[in-house]
Amino acid sequence: MPACPAGVHRLAGVSLAWRCPLFASFSLDSPGVGEVSRRDFVRFCSMAAAAVGLGPLAAEDFVKAAERGAKPSVIWLQFQECTGCTESLLRTSHPGVDELILDLISLDYHETLFAAAGHQAEAALKAAVEKNAGKFVCIVEGAIPTKEDGIYCMIGGRTALEIVNDVAGKAGAVIAIGSCASWGGVPSADPNPTGASPAHAVLKGKTVVNIPGCPANPYNLLGTVLQYATYGTLPELDEENRPKFAYGRTIHEHCPRRAHFDAGRFAEKYGDEGHRLGYCLYKLGCKGPATHANCSVMHFGEVVDAWPIGLGHPCFGCTEQKIGFRMPMHQTVQIFRPTPPDTYPPINANQGTISPVATAVGGAIVGALVGGGYVASKKLSQAPDEPPSSLPKAGV
Amino acid sequence: MNAHVAAAPVGGRLMTPSMRLVVGLFGIGALMIAWRLIAGLGATTAMNDGYPFGLWIAFDVVTGTALACGGYAVAILVYIRNKGQYSPLVRPAILTSALGYTLAGMGVALDVGRWWGLWKVPLFFWRWNFNSALLEIALCIMAYVVVLWIEIAPYLLERFKDGANQTMRSLANTAIPILKKTSIWIVALGMLLPTMHQSSLGTLMLLANWRLHELWRTPLVPLFFLMTCVSMGYAVVVFESAFSALGFKRKPETEMLAGLAGVIVPLQVVVVAMRLVDMGVRGVLGDLLVLDTRALMIILELALLLAPAVMLASPSSRRDIGHLVRSAMVMMFAGALYRFDVFLVAFNPGAHWSYFPSVPEILVTVGLIAAEVIAYVFIVRNFPILSGGRTVAPERQAA
Repeated sequence: MPACPAGVHRLAGVSLAWRCPLFASFSLDSPGVGEVSRRDFVRFCSMAAAAVGLGPLAAEDFVKAAERGAKPSVIWLQFQECTGCTESLLRTSHPGVDELILDLISLDYHETLFAAAGHQAEAALKAAVEKNAGKFVCIVEGAIPTKEDGIYCMIGGRTALEIVNDVAGKAGAVIAIGSCASWGGVPSADPNPTGASPAHAVLKGKTVVNIPGCPANPYNLLGTVLQYATYGTLPELDEENRPKFAYGRTIHEHCPRRAHFDAGRFAEKYGDEGHRLGYCLYKLGCKGPATHANCSVMHFGEVVDAWPIGLGHPCFGCTEQKIGFRMPMHQTVQIFRPTPPDTYPPINANQGTISPVATAVGGAIVGALVGGGYVASKKLSQAPDEPPSSLPKAGV
Repeated sequence: MNAHVAAAPVGGRLMTPSMRLVVGLFGIGALMIAWRLIAGLGATTAMNDGYPFGLWIAFDVVTGTALACGGYAVAILVYIRNKGQYSPLVRPAILTSALGYTLAGMGVALDVGRWWGLWKVPLFFWRWNFNSALLEIALCIMAYVVVLWIEIAPYLLERFKDGANQTMRSLANTAIPILKKTSIWIVALGMLLPTMHQSSLGTLMLLANWRLHELWRTPLVPLFFLMTCVSMGYAVVVFESAFSALGFKRKPETEMLAGLAGVIVPLQVVVVAMRLVDMGVRGVLGDLLVLDTRALMIILELALLLAPAVMLASPSSRRDIGHLVRSAMVMMFAGALYRFDVFLVAFNPGAHWSYFPSVPEILVTVGLIAAEVIAYVFIVRNFPILSGGRTVAPERQAA
């Protein structure tokens, strides 16, 4: 069991207090007070594996890795950012952040979650980097200012540039979380006064896994970290270094409002009838057709519909380098695939046919009955008391 | 005219020119039936998932059995109200009922998608769904068909009582006394069964609940079905009697039919009044004013129901046999329209569904009616069904 680093004791406040000392809290053999049972631990691992789509076998591998004491050391750096990515991570519950940082990973440095401050915090960072050099996972949250040697973001007397080069240079894997660390995000929006740059632009020659999003979906981070911790590998990445398991398809492909798009039903402005009825938001500038992310199937914090389109707002393309914070909010993206048809088939095709011949035959029969009956009744009237001898010899 | 003249075969040649036409229609219908049995319902009918029943149910079964209620209607008059003077009408009425119900059964059989499995139905009775309204109707109708043929059996067997055929003669002589002895029970069953299933036919559509238009959707539908089937039964007796007179050149039983008409007039007025009150109580009377298709159909129904009552209001008008036939036809149309409306017009399975019978469906129905006419003519020519004044000497060239 790793020793509990100074400063992490009051991690995340009250809810975790009962687990002190934090990083020595679970025993795989004999759970005691403040410890996690093996059963619970296997359950966390299964949930984590399922949540990130790694499959049931991965859960067992997580457990085995943890039993070997191979929890990955994670160092979390924060620069030009809003802490939104951290906040959304704190709100996961399958696994919860406590389970995550206590059982699955060893979170050795995180400014938001630290109780420590000042030199104590700096010392903890130094210790963690040295202890796990070449093995730890460095997570970068926020853009890195580069103008005027990066003086716009300084921590402990060092610029963000220096820190990220130092720490990430010794890391086993570097993950950029959020749109700021991945593409520059809000700080890099025009005119970009601080020269805010993404992590991969600063760490030239190093593989930086981008997990963009504003905030990034914490499950995409968990999946990547757990895979690295368990197998020592990184997930398959696309040409912009995003894990394909999360960013392989556009939101449009699995959008819950896709049926409205296909049927040609669009909200035209906020609050109109179409908007209230949950129609497609494309005409309001939804970037879903051009944005690669899994938001439409993996909502945030396990809350149903907790994602922009689910709440009635167009997707603004935060996971795309060229869209989020670059394209005007309400400008529509060009749709390359699939394009909506020019005309739409009716929702219900008409069922059943009425043959004109059949109506003619039916009408003729009814007419013949009425006419024949009338003529016959006239004949009966004419000879009420005598047999109608004027009739042909025919029977009925 | 003497009401108690014994019934006797009409006699005469079967294949008259008009009978050839009827046989031709039956032939076309038979071909269509063969096509339907081989090619299936989808290929031959206009039925669809929204309207899984069509002309064969709405006309052959629901309207056909109501038109075949002559036996029931006359039985009410003769056996319950003990108006013996109408007994000459019993035999032909029972015959048309037996034929009508038998053909309704055939109509249902044709409507069964996988008809080749039908033989299992009477055998595997423990698999019946006893919660089904349709089962009640099916059992009732099947039982009534049997009852009707038992009722008519003595009249048919009479012919063989003194005949040349040894086997048939001994059968007739054994069976007729037994049938006569049990006839009170058979007649009682013949009263009970139509009361049950004619009202159940209305219950059937109440199961469709909101799919049935509000104007028709009332718990009284079963009662209306029962009341209109009685008036349709009387109308058919008038119609059939008048046309037998015309076809077989017999003296029409005008006096008796005029008496029947007197029974029908109040019944029609009561039905119309009850329907209007029912719509008023349910608060949908105002829907008639929107004058859409369905409201117009209801207004037409009510007008057709009321018309015979107006036409036959004065006793003198009832003495005109032609006038009687015209009002009987209006009455039959009224009852038929009510049934068509409840089963097809008021029934709305959802948007975009439509139904109008296909040509094969119509031709099958025409063919079945033709079969009924052929059977009726054959039986009355050869068996003692019709009674009363015969004015044309029988030619006795029977088939």
